[in-house]
Amino acid sequence: MATVTPDSPDTAHAPEEHASAGGHAHPSNWLYVKVAIYLALLTAFEVFTYFETVHGWGDTAIIIMLVIMMLLKFFLVVAFFMHLKFDSPIFWRLFVFGLILAMAVYMVMLTAFRFW
Amino acid sequence: MTAEAPAHTEEHHTSTGLSNEKLAMWVFLGSECLLFCGLISTYMFNKGRIGDDDVGPNDVFDIPFTSVSSFVLLMSSLTMVFAVSSIARGDLRGNRIWLATTAALGATFVAGQVYEFTAFYSEGLGFTTNLFGSAFYALTGFHGAHVTIGIVMLMSLLVMSMRGNLGPERAETVEIIGLYWHFVDIVWIVIFTIVYLFPQ
Repeated sequence: MATVTPDSPDTAHAPEEHASAGGHAHPSNWLYVKVAIYLALLTAFEVFTYFETVHGWGDTAIIIMLVIMMLLKFFLVVAFFMHLKFDSPIFWRLFVFGLILAMAVYMVMLTAFRFW
Repeated sequence: MTAEAPAHTEEHHTSTGLSNEKLAMWVFLGSECLLFCGLISTYMFNKGRIGDDDVGPNDVFDIPFTSVSSFVLLMSSLTMVFAVSSIARGDLRGNRIWLATTAALGATFVAGQVYEFTAFYSEGLGFTTNLFGSAFYALTGFHGAHVTIGIVMLMSLLVMSMRGNLGPERAETVEIIGLYWHFVDIVWIVIFTIVYLFPQ
């Protein structure tokens, strides 16, 4: 019988990766749940920085913390949910090339407009 | 336990040995980075360009509400990977349930965005009120349009599945649409931090 539970008993203690569609390894559903828990916790910490209790830390410290948490969340989704950690490195290079190109172009643009 | 997809584990017969469709999706997502980086930097540049009496971010943003929306979109990524893994296992019923759940969570996010836009407009922030408003609506509106397109693609998969046209041999189609969905999610991760949470 088909099952829709994210962690059915027969897979609950399986290794965290298994070969699947596309010929590359896929993480187990339990690993996905763990990643989602980390994402939820990071989001909770991010929202926590918005409230008055941490405003004494200074804007620069808060921005640095938020950027670190944002990058962690970004990496978790790209590496695990989008399977880049388990897929061909060509996909990783293509995506990172687009991302770095975009960031470089707009950093130059913001610098040209004296944003910093 | 359900079986692995039998017809999808062989090497792709392309010059790279990789799926051309998946490669095309990654190239497309790389190019989408340019679009969203442009919109985000435009927002960063213009968010402070408001008059003394103008409506600004501190006047309209409702962080608890947007945090819940963000959480909903994050969880839709989890249900999307369940949809991908269920079809790879040949679990068609599970695949339909997870696709429908992902589409429902996406629709909840879009509904939240529509509510947010309506509330902001009633508080005096229109698209042409000031540069902050224009940049904010352009950025979040483009993102919302992407989520809506994602929902349409998910519903199309669901209809294909109902008609029996989406079996384990087409697991890669679900995976490619999943890539688009996760991309929309990571864009929101960046927007939520930079637009809503950065100290104004």
